[in-house]
Amino acid sequence: METLSSLADGFVIALTWQNLLLALLGCFLGTIMGALPGLGPSNGVAILIPLAFTLGLGATPSLILLTSVYYGAMYGGRISSILLNIPGDEPAMMTCLDGYPMAQQGRAGEALSLSGVASFVGAFIATWGLILLAPQLVKIALLFGPAEYFALFTLAFATLGGVASTNQAKTAFAAALGIGLATVGVDTQTGVPRFTFGEVHLYDGIDFLVAIVGLFALSEVFLFLEHRHGNAEANSSKISVGRLMPSFALLKSCTPTMLRTSLLGFIAGVLPGAGASLGSFISYTFEKKLVDKEGTFGKGDPRGVAAPEAGNNAAAGGALVPMLALGVPGSGTTAVLLAVLLALNITPGPLLFTQQPDVVWGLIAALFIANFMLLAMNIPMIGLFTRVLLIPPRILMPIVAMVSFVGIYGISGSSFDLMVMVGFGVLGWVLRKLDVPLVPIILGTLLGNAMENNLRRAISISNGDWFTLIDSPLSIALWSLAAIGFILPIVFGKVLKARMRHMKKDEEGSTID
Amino acid sequence: MSDRIFGAVGLFLALGYAWAALVIEESFLSDAVGPKAFPLIIAAVLGLASVAIFLKPDTAPEWPSLPRLLEVAMAVLAMILYALLLPEAGFILATAVAAAYLTWRLGSSPIGSIVTGCLTSVGIYAVFHLVLGLSLAKGPFGF
Repeated sequence: METLSSLADGFVIALTWQNLLLALLGCFLGTIMGALPGLGPSNGVAILIPLAFTLGLGATPSLILLTSVYYGAMYGGRISSILLNIPGDEPAMMTCLDGYPMAQQGRAGEALSLSGVASFVGAFIATWGLILLAPQLVKIALLFGPAEYFALFTLAFATLGGVASTNQAKTAFAAALGIGLATVGVDTQTGVPRFTFGEVHLYDGIDFLVAIVGLFALSEVFLFLEHRHGNAEANSSKISVGRLMPSFALLKSCTPTMLRTSLLGFIAGVLPGAGASLGSFISYTFEKKLVDKEGTFGKGDPRGVAAPEAGNNAAAGGALVPMLALGVPGSGTTAVLLAVLLALNITPGPLLFTQQPDVVWGLIAALFIANFMLLAMNIPMIGLFTRVLLIPPRILMPIVAMVSFVGIYGISGSSFDLMVMVGFGVLGWVLRKLDVPLVPIILGTLLGNAMENNLRRAISISNGDWFTLIDSPLSIALWSLAAIGFILPIVFGKVLKARMRHMKKDEEGSTID
Repeated sequence: MSDRIFGAVGLFLALGYAWAALVIEESFLSDAVGPKAFPLIIAAVLGLASVAIFLKPDTAPEWPSLPRLLEVAMAVLAMILYALLLPEAGFILATAVAAAYLTWRLGSSPIGSIVTGCLTSVGIYAVFHLVLGLSLAKGPFGF
């Protein structure tokens, strides 16, 4: 009951004209960014953070804008998967398997609207899951002391590579690099400058927004330049949408699939290190095992479109649970959303729910609103979004670069920050070429200081005894989970990744036949 | 091979970072841990990860040919120049030139890229400055 009244309060906060307009704008921009290959949800949110910040929006409105972008991008990823067989973002990879064959059979419109409905169901169920689960997790989190938090941060970093990670050494490298960057600047506890080399600009530390926009957005521009990949993937003759509304019978036949995979995706999203890509992968393989009796999966089975879409959108909602309740994100995009919160001077975690309930519940209400808007937008306006795929990158990428510069310059007005951003762009490009994941770097720069403060607090409390870190059963449990989470992918990562790739290849082969 | 170089560079980075941590001047008033310990732990993780990458390299990525590498370097140079000249030249002029350069290098025709650059610049100015009221760099002409 208490939850429902909090939720009602949330709707009161979210239902103002300004917030509704922001949610609409966010959904629209997010869908476009998700649809364009090369601009995923992390990129989309990253580019828009400085803007929300410089526009002087309050905490709740900017969160509404950016989470709408996040949900929108999760919806949008499917569009290019279905029409072009090119996933708009990584989680949409599995949607290609049945979506593209459906498009080839002239049922693109049906596939798009069905996947829109599936996305809606997934996100809707996940938002309810968030409401029910997050307060419970908060109760556990209140038992955490500094030592447990230090262990929790380690757990987050150890599992961030995900089960499908191929090289844990590179994940560890990236995390350490990010945390190392966070230690640049004046030490918060003793006031001595560290790693500044006498450069006054560095005394404040490196602004994580500068790092995020450089690493994600600019490195993308460099990748496109390297391949001189300037033309649009689509040409207008290739895109024909066909019949738009799915028939009632089709929806009905897919309903059990959507419900099952939403639940599965949500769980995958909550677990650290799994994230949306794995959510859609598990959903697809699970449904294939369960209902694919005639072997129609991979040849344009509508259920094969509904399953991964419900799964990845549910995972996107699920990933918000640890981010809001513990302040420790489970996926790349929620790491970027954490940056938003920190930039707005909001510290997510158990205290957020008691101290700033208006932010939390306003945000949750906004998720519901954004979800309905996206459903309403995605079915009739799908034609408009498919047009977006015709914009060639040679026009789009300079715009992305320039908007990044505008955003960062708007915050600080300093050329030095812009140059640091370019530096991060180059670093991001090199690291991407070397297959080093960028998300741990971001998370490191975000959480590095909090991690160090908790370590020092824990040890100060125990008068310099380092064994306090493994003193309570809770922290021992967290440390062992971290160890398992780090070692498991070394054993299974290659197998899983190979299977994901293998499956994609198989399907490509069968569509050519 | 790429990963071997990467691992070696990473190891040097870790050593440099550890050295820089060791020479931090401690204040006379410090907590039980001090400002050095945490960076040293991180340096150890960084170093171990680098050694692991060095010993067990992945297959090398496909590096671009020299002309393409030069292309990326030129873009970096253009962006640095943009960052330096932005306060001098003003937003519209600097952005138009930078956007035109990038779209030209991505394969637009010369005239097309000048038009695209100007439109991008004016478009961003209109949306972010005139509509949203963001303060952008003012040049000698006031825009």
